[in-house]
Amino acid sequence: MTELPYLDGNMLDGPLGEMFAVDLSTATGRCAHCGTAGPVAGLRVYSQAPGLVARCPICVEVMMRMVRAPDRAWLDLRGTTYLRFPMPLDRPPGL
Amino acid sequence: MGIVTPGFAGRPRSGAPELPPGQYLTPDFPVLSAGPTPRVPQESWEFVITTETGVEHRWSWAQMMALPQEAPTVDIHCVTRWSKLGTRWQGVSLDTLLDGVDTAAGYVLAHSYGGYTTNLPLDDLRAGQAWLVHSYDGADLPAEHGGPARLLVPHLYFWKSAKWVRGIRLGLEDTPGFWETAGYHDYGDPWREQRYQGD
Repeated sequence: MTELPYLDGNMLDGPLGEMFAVDLSTATGRCAHCGTAGPVAGLRVYSQAPGLVARCPICVEVMMRMVRAPDRAWLDLRGTTYLRFPMPLDRPPGL
Repeated sequence: MGIVTPGFAGRPRSGAPELPPGQYLTPDFPVLSAGPTPRVPQESWEFVITTETGVEHRWSWAQMMALPQEAPTVDIHCVTRWSKLGTRWQGVSLDTLLDGVDTAAGYVLAHSYGGYTTNLPLDDLRAGQAWLVHSYDGADLPAEHGGPARLLVPHLYFWKSAKWVRGIRLGLEDTPGFWETAGYHDYGDPWREQRYQGD
């Protein structure tokens, strides 16, 4: 059996950079706990905490956690099965 | 209720209060929370110690209140940089709760009503360093501060003092909790400024 080649993670810079540069207020997220898909703008965010905690408005489980240190940041999306965001038609996928 | 005995009195001070690096003093008691505040009636409240072999030790509210009570006055340090000195609590020492618990565990994962978790070495809950507290400043602990009962482990950053605590699981291996899996330090010593992973 022939193994398919793989690339190192540097190749993600472009595709991930394109996605993380989008306006996330128009994105849709799917909750890993209850399966509800809804606008990121509709999540319940608890900010009086050591980080930001975004919870599903339906089941109130954690979908996202963000922690910001002075020189680094963590984004934990284990509570989110996907994020979907609109992409401009004049920028076709380059994969 | 059992006899109240004075507890840990904090660090001795002379002159200006000594704060851990990067902290500022506040007279307030800020409320921090990663989610909705659980409302747990005392009648249905329980505290459970689960050993690494699955043995459970349970206390109802009445059973916990019948244990010997202590009244620690301690300084607390939040990782969001506020510190509050001389806070007065009442509750049960973890030494009392762990007395008679047969374990070879080195680690604890505290878990709370509402789903919060935080991890600590078991040794940090022993030797007069930690309490299950139900009163603050002479009154029942308000729900926004973790009532009906919370952990109090004042020598570590305050996120380790789990609000609405429901129990602790003893383990042979360290299992990171809610903030420890999202970038915060595994141990969290404020005097060594262990805020984030790698500090």
